[in-house]
Amino acid sequence: MIIPKLALKNILGAGLRTWLNAFVLSLSFVLIIFSQGLLEGMNTQAEEAMIAAEIGGGHYQHAAYDPYDPLSLADAHGALPAPLAVMVSAGKAAPVLVIQGTIYPQGRLIAVQVKGIDPDQTVLNLPTAFLSAAQAGDEIPVLIGERMAALSGLKRGDTVTLQWRDARGTFDARDTVVVQVMKTSVQSIDRGQIWVPLERLREMTGMPGEATFVVLAQGAVRPADSAAGGWRFSGQDDFLADIRAMVESKSVGSSVFYAILLALAMLAIFDTQVLAIFHRRREMGTLMALGFTRGKVIALFTLEGMLNGVLAALVAAVYGIPLLSWVARTGWALPGDTDSYGFAIGERLFPSYSLGLVTGTTLLVLLTTTVVSFLPTRRIARLKPTDALRGRMT
Amino acid sequence: MRHRIPLCLPAVAAIGLAAAVLAAPAQAPDGAAVLRRVDQNMGADNKVTTSEMIIRGRRGSRTVTSKSWIQGRAKSFTEYLDPPRERGTKMLKLEDQLWTYTPASDRTILISGHMLRQSVMGSDLSYEDMMEDQRLVALYDAVVAGEERVGDRPCWVLDLSSRGAEIAYYKRKIWVDQERDVILREARFAKSGKLLKTTDVRNVERMKDRWVSTRVVFKDALKDGEGTEFIVKAMEFNAAIPDHLFTKASLR
Repeated sequence: MIIPKLALKNILGAGLRTWLNAFVLSLSFVLIIFSQGLLEGMNTQAEEAMIAAEIGGGHYQHAAYDPYDPLSLADAHGALPAPLAVMVSAGKAAPVLVIQGTIYPQGRLIAVQVKGIDPDQTVLNLPTAFLSAAQAGDEIPVLIGERMAALSGLKRGDTVTLQWRDARGTFDARDTVVVQVMKTSVQSIDRGQIWVPLERLREMTGMPGEATFVVLAQGAVRPADSAAGGWRFSGQDDFLADIRAMVESKSVGSSVFYAILLALAMLAIFDTQVLAIFHRRREMGTLMALGFTRGKVIALFTLEGMLNGVLAALVAAVYGIPLLSWVARTGWALPGDTDSYGFAIGERLFPSYSLGLVTGTTLLVLLTTTVVSFLPTRRIARLKPTDALRGRMT
Repeated sequence: MRHRIPLCLPAVAAIGLAAAVLAAPAQAPDGAAVLRRVDQNMGADNKVTTSEMIIRGRRGSRTVTSKSWIQGRAKSFTEYLDPPRERGTKMLKLEDQLWTYTPASDRTILISGHMLRQSVMGSDLSYEDMMEDQRLVALYDAVVAGEERVGDRPCWVLDLSSRGAEIAYYKRKIWVDQERDVILREARFAKSGKLLKTTDVRNVERMKDRWVSTRVVFKDALKDGEGTEFIVKAMEFNAAIPDHLFTKASLR
């Protein structure tokens, strides 16, 4: 028990030098937890938004549908298999029909995906109820996202001509009216897309009762694949794989940043240890003369170094917990178009600090500090007590 | 009491009838017959055409020169000759498929489905419009709606409605030169009746035994702009075209 007591007494006795080391190390603690928390928050936020507005409990897709190949859309539609039709009737699934179209805002031509969805659906968190609004004349009500509105220059109440092709390949065109511009962080349901009432789109294209994919409600029990009539199921994990891989790669990239931070902090610890061993030779000799083995002296100095890590954790807690909690509550404002680079994270990013993140970071820093504290003390193993008492290193 | 018919009445009736006959328009022909003559005038087994496309956009205009080899209605091969940026770009149409090759990327791309509706080099013509070479009489029912003059040429105005086949334009209205059997003006409509595209022929020339539109302005009616002018510089009918030209290998 004497070693921990001595170590604590020595480290506190070092005064400002100890607190400077602890502060530098605490910065590493806080910055690592903060930046990892940002990445975790980004991931969580994006996943939650995508699940709510786009993925639901997963999609059943028409066999010919390839979300990455717009050319597949011409053939990617068909009648719903019976089990899916039952789920749609029960409100546990929402069919979506997708076709290619062209809009002509202000005399310009913009290619769009036209998505038909039931205005009364509750499976996805989309303001589709606006599509129920009865329109004067023959105008088709359309719902667009903010990005699409910015791209096309359209706003609520504007009329724009939509041109499309029906199931037989014949052109048709009608005027549409923008009934709502929705605000969504999920760009994959916004950019280059317009939403129209499903039955209207089916009538426009001559595809009665057909859909391109069916979104299941979260938690809905999906039918057996054999009963899905060749429709392919893509679950949440399939949709989120890309975003998770992106977060993973960003996480790996940011570890370079942590390594630099940690290296700077460890340099300070290492330097302190080397200086301590050089300056405290007589003390080591005295301890050995009093009966301390070399192992105990090494343990004492290593523990002193390690206590820097513990103090740093305490210092980090003093200013880090309030600071990080405040950021987690208020979020971090992002520059304008950040959410258009692939993450559905909206205008503010809310970091998420998991217990694993905090514990893991603490253990990592403590372990690194211990190793760095131990390395210079190996010289003590070769130290002769008589030389040490005379202030000489062996 | 008997009414007596004045002696002059038959003479007046005869004069009136003669005047009515003289004032009446020429007897409207059968719409299908007019379409057949149009198809006959334009159709050819093989054609080799050199043309210019003047594309007028918001930032000015540019001219693209190309040479096309057309065999029947299913095969065509086009090579762009000018400007230098487009030189070497090639397009091959086989049946309903179209491949393009761009030397800059050294890639051959299949254009199908919705991409066929994309504009060709920013013009008012889509790939589909470029590919279209169908006999109108096989696709549309035609009704002669009247007579009009386009410029100084008397024309039959024909309303064409789709026969239900898988074709791009549900309705068309064409103005056919009564003597030359060439279309001088055209309007293409969507199923809803909305006007989609217009075509105005500005010049017609006699080439061998046919009348050919050599200067045509295409306009996407839904888009702003002055349209795209297509000028035929040379056209050779029933030319000998080697079969190997209509293979993907010839794109590179």
